[in-house]
Amino acid sequence: MTFGLTTVAYIGATILFILSLGGLSNPETSRRGNLYGIIGMTIAVLATVLGPRVAAAGIPWIVGAMVLGGAIGLYAARIVKMTQMPELVAIMHSLVGLAACLVGFASYVDTSIQFTGAEKTIHEIEIYLGVLIGAVTFSGSVIAFGKLSARISGKPMLIPGRHWFNLLGLLVVLWYGREFVLAPSVQDGMTPLIIMTAIALLFGVHMVMAIGGADMPVVVSMLNSYSGWAAAATGFMLSNNLLIVTGALVGSSGAILSYIMCRAMNRNFVSVIAGGFGTEGGKPAAAGTAPAGEVSPISAPETAELLREAKNVIIVPGYGMAVAQAQHTVYEITKHLREKGVDVRFGIHPVAGRMPGHMNVLLAEAKVPYDIVLEMDELNEDFPDTDVAMVIGANDIVNPSAQDDPASPIAGMPVLEVWKAKTSIVMKRSMASGYAGVDNPLFYKENNRMLFGDAKKMLDEVLAALKS
Amino acid sequence: MAQVIGVPRETAAGEKRVATVPEVVEKLVKLGFKVAVQSGAGDAANFGDEAYRAAGAEIAADAAELWARSDVVFKVRAPLAEEVGLMREGQTLISFLWPAQNPELMQSLAARKATVLAIDALPRMLSRAQKMDALTSMASISGYRAVIEAANAFGRFFNGQVTAAGKIPPAKVFIAGAGVAGLAAIGTAAGLGAIVRANDTRAEVADQVKSLGGEFVKVEYEEEGAGGGGYAKVMSEGFQQAQREMYAKQAREVDVIITTALIPGKPAPRLITADMVKSMKPGSVIVDMAAEQGGNCELTEPGKAVVKHGVTIIGYTDLPSRLAKQSSTLYATNLFRLAEELCKGKDGVIDVNMEDDAIRGLTVIKAGRVTWPPPPLKLPAPPAAAKPAAAPPAPKGHGHGAGKPMSGKALAVIFLVGAVLFWFIGANAPAAFLTNFTVFVLGCFVGYMVIWNVTPALHTPLMSVTNAISSIIVIGALIQIAPPLAASGDRPDELIRWLAVVGIALTSINMFGGFAVTRRMLAMFRK
Repeated sequence: MTFGLTTVAYIGATILFILSLGGLSNPETSRRGNLYGIIGMTIAVLATVLGPRVAAAGIPWIVGAMVLGGAIGLYAARIVKMTQMPELVAIMHSLVGLAACLVGFASYVDTSIQFTGAEKTIHEIEIYLGVLIGAVTFSGSVIAFGKLSARISGKPMLIPGRHWFNLLGLLVVLWYGREFVLAPSVQDGMTPLIIMTAIALLFGVHMVMAIGGADMPVVVSMLNSYSGWAAAATGFMLSNNLLIVTGALVGSSGAILSYIMCRAMNRNFVSVIAGGFGTEGGKPAAAGTAPAGEVSPISAPETAELLREAKNVIIVPGYGMAVAQAQHTVYEITKHLREKGVDVRFGIHPVAGRMPGHMNVLLAEAKVPYDIVLEMDELNEDFPDTDVAMVIGANDIVNPSAQDDPASPIAGMPVLEVWKAKTSIVMKRSMASGYAGVDNPLFYKENNRMLFGDAKKMLDEVLAALKS
Repeated sequence: MAQVIGVPRETAAGEKRVATVPEVVEKLVKLGFKVAVQSGAGDAANFGDEAYRAAGAEIAADAAELWARSDVVFKVRAPLAEEVGLMREGQTLISFLWPAQNPELMQSLAARKATVLAIDALPRMLSRAQKMDALTSMASISGYRAVIEAANAFGRFFNGQVTAAGKIPPAKVFIAGAGVAGLAAIGTAAGLGAIVRANDTRAEVADQVKSLGGEFVKVEYEEEGAGGGGYAKVMSEGFQQAQREMYAKQAREVDVIITTALIPGKPAPRLITADMVKSMKPGSVIVDMAAEQGGNCELTEPGKAVVKHGVTIIGYTDLPSRLAKQSSTLYATNLFRLAEELCKGKDGVIDVNMEDDAIRGLTVIKAGRVTWPPPPLKLPAPPAAAKPAAAPPAPKGHGHGAGKPMSGKALAVIFLVGAVLFWFIGANAPAAFLTNFTVFVLGCFVGYMVIWNVTPALHTPLMSVTNAISSIIVIGALIQIAPPLAASGDRPDELIRWLAVVGIALTSINMFGGFAVTRRMLAMFRK
């Protein structure tokens, strides 16, 4: 394949990637979108392998590596549970980051590429940046994976003076960057590059450690963005337009997702990244307005009774549903109620769960039809006409103090107004507060009932009572 | 020791209601109380002594006996002087009282060292208090009854009909004031088939009027009319002028006018003048529900139905009492809800807890000490005022859009910064870099445009597919593995190859896994 053919193949792949992302705008076209992505990737890989820059001697190596990696990937994709999607996505981001590092190092030691003057400087800056972003993505994603899979505590870890620490790291990285560019030979440049990589790895760890569990949707999409930037930086380094465009696509998509998530929590992007949300030392203001009062518990048969008599039901799922793997029981209940003529809908908060769209995927897995799964904005005004609002393992996203209490740490965050329904039922394991560490006045409202217990177990009982 | 709730026969002239009904007696007994009912108390509302007895009440022969044995007395109307005389120290009275209008009564009750809860003093803004709100339940009965009285006095059908004997136009009903009574009247009149129009100084009730089948008639004048506590306030002169014109116009057009306009603590506003009455068609009907407070119509005679200028003007002040069975039942339920609040322990002993906002508001005399008026409620600010401050308007609709367009100034600044940045890069960077840079910037832009349209439900698949796509980085590793022009002697081939092989393996995990898991997820999304 000639150089020209490779280039047009790359253009084709680029278009397919754009179509792929565009296809995901709608469930109807999303499957086709994924297919476009697969075709685009196949074209890009084949064009490269058969193109002028890969000699035949390399092909066995390539095939071997791809078969190995592909087998692992397919196996992981098959066994992963839908509740573990955030972990899977996080660990995959780390692979991209690591690959970017490796390519960067390889490119640096590759003496067959010779530049001079400004071009050499720029090439070295590109390598330096590519490795930097790759390393941060790698270590950050590994920590995010640990937090999401509960191998590491979800609580933010805050070192005193952490901002100074980060600033110092940045200065060191800048200084070594200068050293790196000025280094006369590859051997001389290796030391600064390795030191910088170590600092970048530490920085990635530190950054994600400082971010609380509730902010994970932002972190996951942010790492997604980084993995894109890492690819783009690699593209600059190798002067490969396909890499640049694709990296930029992924990078900006991740950035926008992060922005959407931040807005859904009414938080500033910088403050999420700076971390420290929901810590004890955070904002004691909440203590002054701690809601007092009694909660009214309810039993599973009584819940079934309420649901049976209702005409309109809105179910608000949260992370608790994912943890308890309760989505299938939720669907059974939904199916049963719909057969009885009850109008059941789902209200999804943008940051419910641990990654963007997490709840939608779980409900889809349980075969809940997507046209009754609605966004917060689509049904938030319907709560006054709703007979029963059932909250399954969610807390902060239904907290009325976001609207009522300006001193609350979550003040101004858009929330689902379940308390406006005639009756709300909150399923929770205990009275513990949510990730934001804020007490929830909803529990003390007169029209609210608490159904304590594991979501799966309680819902099974509700279902049994409904059927009897 | 269980306390005794006593229900005397109402003594006010023409009062047919009774403060509890047999159905509620059972519930009160379940709360642990004993209930005593004066013989004949429920007769006028069609509840006989036997029914009360069957429900578990004891029957007291006369008022003196009843007042003597009761710890708590439920009444409808405020007590008359002789009833006050029967009260004893420590007794609790719950009834309508109107403390602002009845200062002497308050004094005499305080002198008896009693505790008095005025059901009309309930803080209605507390949502918790709504189940005890007797004013609302009585008002809605009045509204219903007002329409029935109007239909009774009106010589025609309310609904339009086409019969063999000719076409009958529907009656046109105008309702002034869309509070509880007005809304009940709108619903009832619309139910009878009339064309219903309504007006209120509070513009926000327009939707409620429409929901009941009425048409909201606006006064062509801009002023905010909500006064707090769900009541209207006195309006400005300009507004009143515009309002008079609107009423005059309605008077000429409609067949029935029902007025419900009240402003707390003030005489009822005069809405319908004698001239307007004259302009109405003969046979028309006016029901003035504000007759007791002086009437909304100039020609109203409180308590009576009169015909003036060919128009029947009904000024009955006892509309709830004219539906005695219904209003007794609702009132009894309101009092039962109050009893529940007073007796949280279900042990048949009331506790007048002054810490409770609702009970604090109701209690006008505590053990002989006048506690009226209550301190203003601190808790719920009117929701209309609190909302815009607390909740930033969430962007509507699907796809999130980029929100509002930016202001021109901000846009100009961004463009300027961008221009400087681009100039800097263009002036310094070599040509090869610039080509790449162009591609990069355009790529960012395309991504930005495409992603805004993705529905939030698909954010997880979007992330896994972008993640799979970012394994395009494999190309970097592919071209390093064995470049054909590896001519320069000192290239560390072995090291680079291994680095590249590991890179390819890692990205392949990502590539295959990412696409496969996305496929698996998307296959689940179904209608």
